[in-house]
Amino acid sequence: MTMLHTVNKSPFESKTFDTCLGLAKSGSTILLIEDGVYAATTGNSVADKIKNTSDINFCVLGADAQARGIEAKLAEGIKVVDYEGFVDLVAEHDTVQAWF
Amino acid sequence: MSKKFMYINRKAPYGTIYALESLEVVLIGAAFDQDVSLAFIGDGVYQLTKGQNTKAIGQKNFSTVYMALGDYDVNKIYVEKESLEERGLTLDDLQHLVWEDEDEDYAEKDSIRLVSRSEMSDVLDNQDVVLSF
Repeated sequence: MTMLHTVNKSPFESKTFDTCLGLAKSGSTILLIEDGVYAATTGNSVADKIKNTSDINFCVLGADAQARGIEAKLAEGIKVVDYEGFVDLVAEHDTVQAWF
Repeated sequence: MSKKFMYINRKAPYGTIYALESLEVVLIGAAFDQDVSLAFIGDGVYQLTKGQNTKAIGQKNFSTVYMALGDYDVNKIYVEKESLEERGLTLDDLQHLVWEDEDEDYAEKDSIRLVSRSEMSDVLDNQDVVLSF
């Protein structure tokens, strides 16, 4: 079983990302959307959490990163997907859990 | 007599409506000739980032409106230093907001004032009206 997790809240104002990270299994995917994309930026405490989690695939929705002007600050190793890529991720995983 | 109005901005743009609503209210308030200040705290600092492009999410990019605040005599924009640092941001990541000082032959001056948390605390303490977004 593989699970796709979506997180749409900023990691700096909510525990949503931490809760997701704590429950996500090895081999699962976390897709950061809306204000969740801030978790994918470098130079802050959250960046280390992603860096130290090698068994989970991290993706970010490109449209939401562009809207917020943070594209250039995205951490290495985080895959940028578009809306079609979002749909592919949903299709590739057995279940989807939306953390909001 | 004009009152000191402070608008506190604590939310990131686009994910919720708070940032846009605040900006609308600030622009309306500016028309009433009050002493207006803006504070950007926590995720609110994300409202001022450079290079926002909302084409793909189908929302209005209102980040350009901050550039116009100086023309409405809104030129006291307080940004909390700690909030920037916690998010891995510096002043260079924010738009360069300026205003023209008519008392000094329209010299262009910076609108953003980078303040520490304790300085921000003093700024907030010194207002007549505080509106939170």
